[in-house]
Amino acid sequence: MKSSAGLHFKTYFLILLMVIFGPLGNVLLGKGMKGMPPATSGIVQQILDLIPRILASGTIWLGIASLIAFFVAYMLVLSWADYSYVQPASSAAYGMVALLAHFMLREVVTPLRWMGVILICFGVLVVGQTPPRTTEQN
Amino acid sequence: MRTLFFYFLIVCAGTGGELCVARGMKVVGEVKDFRPLALLRLIPRALRIPWMWLGVALMTTAFFSLLAVLATENVSLVVPVTALSYGAGALGGKFFLGEQVTPRRWAGVLLVCAGVALVVIGRG
Repeated sequence: MKSSAGLHFKTYFLILLMVIFGPLGNVLLGKGMKGMPPATSGIVQQILDLIPRILASGTIWLGIASLIAFFVAYMLVLSWADYSYVQPASSAAYGMVALLAHFMLREVVTPLRWMGVILICFGVLVVGQTPPRTTEQN
Repeated sequence: MRTLFFYFLIVCAGTGGELCVARGMKVVGEVKDFRPLALLRLIPRALRIPWMWLGVALMTTAFFSLLAVLATENVSLVVPVTALSYGAGALGGKFFLGEQVTPRRWAGVLLVCAGVALVVIGRG
């Protein structure tokens, strides 16, 4: 197993970017989709119906931009760190989602759901104590 | 039923896509130069790897499924449900990518999954 301060720093930094941009993108998409009536036709038609809606919504475009930033950080960190490390470590984003959903979208977040979010964050701390990389680089 | 199908796509296609992208990025190798030009040069290198294309296709499927579900469900419920992929992700990391998933890491993954269960049960 390989581990170093530099490796940890750049891994944590990129995961931090993921934790910021991932939830922000999801919340913006949620906000953009919220005002649209659900389609009543088939699944394929429902997906096709989404495309013109996306093109017409600035909020959804902002959400997509945030998710692209998230994806770039995600790809970069995966070039050296374990997927089984990055995936759970980045779940700290769920706390962020609950906060954004509560304060931006005015959604009801129950105490039990807050407890779940805290448990998720605790799991992230446990995963964060393992080495980010356990495989040899090419 | 339709919502459950979309949840299935979000979890399975999403995790499968991420595993493929992770495999592709391992082929690209560790990124050490973070200047914008160097990052731009990285894109064509990554796009030459078939795993990346498969990964992006699967993740696109998961993305549109996410949009479809978000039209009817609260984001604070939908996004945590996608965390069910953590168990599958740890298994994929071990068997598909050859990573060492230690007991501590498994414990963390299980905590995350338990948290997700609480979040879903706690739906208001």
